[in-house]
Amino acid sequence: MTTNTALTTKDLSVTYVGDREVEALKGVSIDFSANQLSAIIGPSGCGKSTLLKSLNRLHEIQPNVEISGDVHLGDQSVYNTDEPVPKLRKRIGYVPQTPTALPLSIYENVAYGVKLHGEYDSKNELDALVESYLQKVNLWDEVEDRLETPGAELSTGQIQRLCLARSLAVEPDVLLCDEVTSALDPISAESVEETLVDLKEEYTIIMVTHSMEQAQRIADDVVFLYLGEVIEENDVQTFFQNPEKERTKKFIDGDTIVEYDESDDDSPSEAVPAER
Amino acid sequence: MGGSTDSGSQNRLGRRLLTERVSGYWLQGAGYFAIVLFALIVLALLYQSLPLLSEYSLVQMLTSSNWDPAQNQFGFLPAIVGTVYVTALTMIMGTPIAILAAIYIAEYAEGRTKTLVSSFIDVLAAIPSVIFGLVALIVVVPFVGDYLAPAVGSSATGLGIFTVSLVMAIVVTPFMISLSVESLEALPDELRESSLGVGATKWETIRIVLLRAAGPGIFSAVLLGFGRVFGATIVPAMLIGGQTHLPSSPFATGQTLPTLIVNDFGELMSLPLTQSALIFVGLMLIVVVWLFNFSAMILRQRLQQRWQF
Ligand SMILES: Nc1ncnc2c1ncn2[C@@H]1O[C@H](COP(=O)(O)OP(=O)(O)O)[C@@H](O)[C@H]1O
Ligand SMILES: [Mg+2]
Repeated sequence: MTTNTALTTKDLSVTYVGDREVEALKGVSIDFSANQLSAIIGPSGCGKSTLLKSLNRLHEIQPNVEISGDVHLGDQSVYNTDEPVPKLRKRIGYVPQTPTALPLSIYENVAYGVKLHGEYDSKNELDALVESYLQKVNLWDEVEDRLETPGAELSTGQIQRLCLARSLAVEPDVLLCDEVTSALDPISAESVEETLVDLKEEYTIIMVTHSMEQAQRIADDVVFLYLGEVIEENDVQTFFQNPEKERTKKFIDGDTIVEYDESDDDSPSEAVPAER
Repeated sequence: MGGSTDSGSQNRLGRRLLTERVSGYWLQGAGYFAIVLFALIVLALLYQSLPLLSEYSLVQMLTSSNWDPAQNQFGFLPAIVGTVYVTALTMIMGTPIAILAAIYIAEYAEGRTKTLVSSFIDVLAAIPSVIFGLVALIVVVPFVGDYLAPAVGSSATGLGIFTVSLVMAIVVTPFMISLSVESLEALPDELRESSLGVGATKWETIRIVLLRAAGPGIFSAVLLGFGRVFGATIVPAMLIGGQTHLPSSPFATGQTLPTLIVNDFGELMSLPLTQSALIFVGLMLIVVVWLFNFSAMILRQRLQQRWQF
C-alpha cells in the first residue's frame, strides 16, 4: 500500500492535574496514515477521547491539563508552533461524541466555520457550499426544504450528520470523530458509518470507537489503547486475525476487563473508571 | 398463610395509592393557592382603589404631574416617569457589565481567581440593599453632588435619579452575574468543542454559540434584575430626594412609584382618598410586573425555540 502519514504523535503524554492526578496518556507515539480510516479502540476510560482531543489541542479548554510530547500534521508541529490554534483546528476537525447542533439554523450550522474564515465570495457560493456538504453527508434530501429551522430540531442521527457537514465545510485535512455513532439508533449509526466510509477518499479520518465490530467493518488501521498506552497499532486484517500482542488477543476475545497494575501509583481505585 | 400475605400486600397497595392521591391533591392545592393568592391581592387592591377611580378620570391621573394629596391632586406622572427613568438607567448601566462579568467568570477565569471573584460576587448579591443605601449616602451622594453633576454642567445635591440608578445597578448586577454564570456553566462542553473544532476563536464561540445557547437563561437573569429594580423601595427612598415633580435631568431629584407609597403612607393615610391613591399605586406596580413577567415568559419560550441546541 502506498500510504503516507498525515498525522503523527511523538511521545504524547497528557495528565489531568485536578483533584486527583490522572495520567490519561503515557507517551503515545502513533502514525496515522493519510486517506485512511484509523480506529482507536480500547476499554472505557483508557484515554481514547483524550488522545483524540490532544491531536488538535481541544483538551486545552479544560483547566488543569498538562501535556508533553508533540503532534505533527505533515511536517508542521501542532504544539511547538507560532501558528494560531484556530488555524490548526481548521485543518484538524473534530466531531464530538454527543450529537451537538449549534444554536443556529441548519443552514448556519453548516456555514458556521466557512463564514468565520470568510472563505466565500458571494451568498450564492455559500449556498452552493452548504448544499454540497449536506449532499456529502447524505442529509440534503432530508433538509433541503427546511434549511432555516433550528438544527436542534433534527433527529439525533441527522444532527450527527449535520455535525460532520459542519466540520467538513471548512475543508480540514484530518477529521477526528469521537464515538460518533454511540448515541445513535442502529439505522442512523449505519448511515453515519456509510458516510464515513465515503469520506475517507478525501480525508484522513481518525475515529474513536468502543465497538470492535464497527472497527472491523469500516477501519483500515486499528490502534489499541489500554490504560493510556498504545498496545498495538496495525492494519485491520492483521489486528483482528493475527494480533501481535497477547493483550490485544484477549481484548478481541471479549476480555474487556481492565486490569490495573498494582505497582502503578496513580492507578484509580475503582475497577473501571467512569466514562467521561 | 399465602392468603394473609396477599391481603397484606393488597392493603399496602391501597395505602400507597391513597398516599399517591392525597399528595397529588396537596401539590395541586399548593399550585392553585398561588393563583388564588395573586387574585386576592389584586382584588383587594382594586377594591380599595375604587374610591379614587370613581372620583377622578384614570387618564387624567396618569397624565397629570400635579401630586398634592392634601389638595386632592393625584397626578401619577412624576412617579411613573421617575420609575421608568431609574429602571432604564439602572438596566443600561448594569446589564452589559453583568453579561461581560459573567462571561469572564464562566469562560475565562480559572482556579483561585475564579473562586475568589465568584465568591465575592455572591457576597455582594447577599448584602441587604439598605447597606448599599447607607454607604451611598456617605460616598456616592457627595461624589455625584460635588464632582459628577458639576462636571456635566448640572447642579445637584447628589440625591436624585442618577444616584439611585447607579446604586441600584450595584445592587442588582451581582445578582444578574450569578444567574448568568450559572446558565453559561450549565452548557455542555460539546458546544464549545464543536465550535472550536472548526477553527472558531474563543470569543467567536462565546459570541455566536454560547451567548445564544445560554440566551434564555441570561434573559431570565436580566428580567429578575429588572423586577428587583422596578420594585426597589429602600434604596430609592433613601437616595432619590423624595420630591414629586417631573425630573428635568438625570441628576434631578424625583419619586418612583414605590417611594411614593413609603413617603406618603404614614401621615396621609388618614385622608381616605390618599389612602385609595397609594393603594392604586400598588395596583399599578403589581399589574405592570405581572404583564411584564407574562410577556417575558412568552419571549423566553420563543428564544428557547429559536436558539435550541
Ligand atoms: N477533564 C478531566 N479531568 C480529570 N480527569 C479526566 C478528565 N477527562 C478525562 N479524565 C480521565 O482521564 C482518563 C481517560 O479519559 P478519556 O480520554 O475520556 O477515556 P475514554 O475516551 O477512553 O473513555 C479517565 O480516567 C478519565 O477519568
Ligand atoms: Mg471517550
